[in-house]
Amino acid sequence: MSKEKSCCSSGDCSCSTEIITRYDKNDKWVTDEIHTSTGSVPVVSTKLNFKDKLGEWKVRWGIGRMNYKINPGIYAIGKPDQTSPVLVSANYKLTFDSLRKELSGMDCWILILDTKGINVWCAAGKGTFGTDEIVNRISITGLSEIVAHRKLILPQLGAPGVSAHEVTKQTGFSVVYGPVRAKDIKTFIDSDFKATEEMRTVKFTIRDRLVLTPVELVSAAKSSFIVFGVLFLLNLFVARPFGLGDFIAYTGAVVTGTVLTPVFLPAIPGKAFAWKGWLLGFLWALGYIWYSGWLIPGSLLLAIGYLLVLPSLSAYLAMNFTGSSTYTSFSGVIKEMKIAVPLIAISTVAGLVLLLVNSILA
Amino acid sequence: MKHRYLRNVATLLLSDETCIGCGRCAEVCPHGVFSVNKKKARIDDKDSCMECGACAKNCPANAITVDSGVGCTTAVIMGWLTGSEPSCDCSSSNGCC
Repeated sequence: MSKEKSCCSSGDCSCSTEIITRYDKNDKWVTDEIHTSTGSVPVVSTKLNFKDKLGEWKVRWGIGRMNYKINPGIYAIGKPDQTSPVLVSANYKLTFDSLRKELSGMDCWILILDTKGINVWCAAGKGTFGTDEIVNRISITGLSEIVAHRKLILPQLGAPGVSAHEVTKQTGFSVVYGPVRAKDIKTFIDSDFKATEEMRTVKFTIRDRLVLTPVELVSAAKSSFIVFGVLFLLNLFVARPFGLGDFIAYTGAVVTGTVLTPVFLPAIPGKAFAWKGWLLGFLWALGYIWYSGWLIPGSLLLAIGYLLVLPSLSAYLAMNFTGSSTYTSFSGVIKEMKIAVPLIAISTVAGLVLLLVNSILA
Repeated sequence: MKHRYLRNVATLLLSDETCIGCGRCAEVCPHGVFSVNKKKARIDDKDSCMECGACAKNCPANAITVDSGVGCTTAVIMGWLTGSEPSCDCSSSNGCC
């Protein structure tokens, strides 16, 4: 702040200061503006208000998730000056919120990259949280004028998209990879930019997995409307219409694949996600068929049909969760899929044929 | 509890001769795959590698290679059906990261 223009301290000042980062005046998370030698920077709150929390809840349920973003640029926490650290992050609002809420009491700059509203790790995988965007954003914001030092703190999970040595070569800024989780940033900075092994390791706790399940469930539910539509049409022709019992059987298999398998992931025997989903789906199908009294010779087609269809459905949905997990390698997923996808397809088709035959002949 | 996935599939390779022992790989790896001793990096736990590619991208000596594909299962299946590379376009609102 040493170069702050004194005339700008009052609200009605007439001097024109460039705006480095544009923001919506209605955004409650911007509390103030700071005036640097090159322009004004929004100061953001380290507290989340009701609207921020509602926003998180909505995107967790898949509502407007692809358009939950803030403007890229430079933001301030506290009263940073030329010597304050610079943290780099993504322009997904959920990412930004989980970062700023950990920075209370700190004075620092946040350089927000344009990751198209995607979180750091996924954006790094796709390259939007990457070397070029960092170089570009440093130049657009004039970061070299705002701070006197030449050091950037990047989230460790941004590393798959960034070549630290390339950034240094092109901008003069050296790159330090901070901890995986935002909650460790204060400790990291206080301990002279040293991250412990614990801070460097990605976990996938039951809570981490649980928050991911609503989106999986919502996405499966959307596809289910096609299934319900087809069944509705079928019901106009068949002797045994599909009803509540079938709906519960199906819904149970969907919940098993999208919620139960992710939640109990490490406790389910085996390694392949499709297998884990199939196993739980099989237990569900067997239990439900037994409970419904379909384990009798007269309902054999129905029972076998469901034993082929339901576990396959759970297996497919569980396999989908490899995309959300933090420890599956792409080569592993491909290996798993080469075996699982044909089996799932055969089992599903065979099961559907039996269910159809059963409904038509009943 | 440490999660374990399929064994012997990771495509991670480290060239001992090219390695300059800077330790960047150990710094960026989210699963503690590397250790650095006497100015040389070593792969300690290859089966924990999730092929994110952070090590290879940040290795100033280009001593590491890893095939770091991305894409959700739906994208992979679509890729198989259409004969193209799996690509995960995040403009769709389905579960893909």
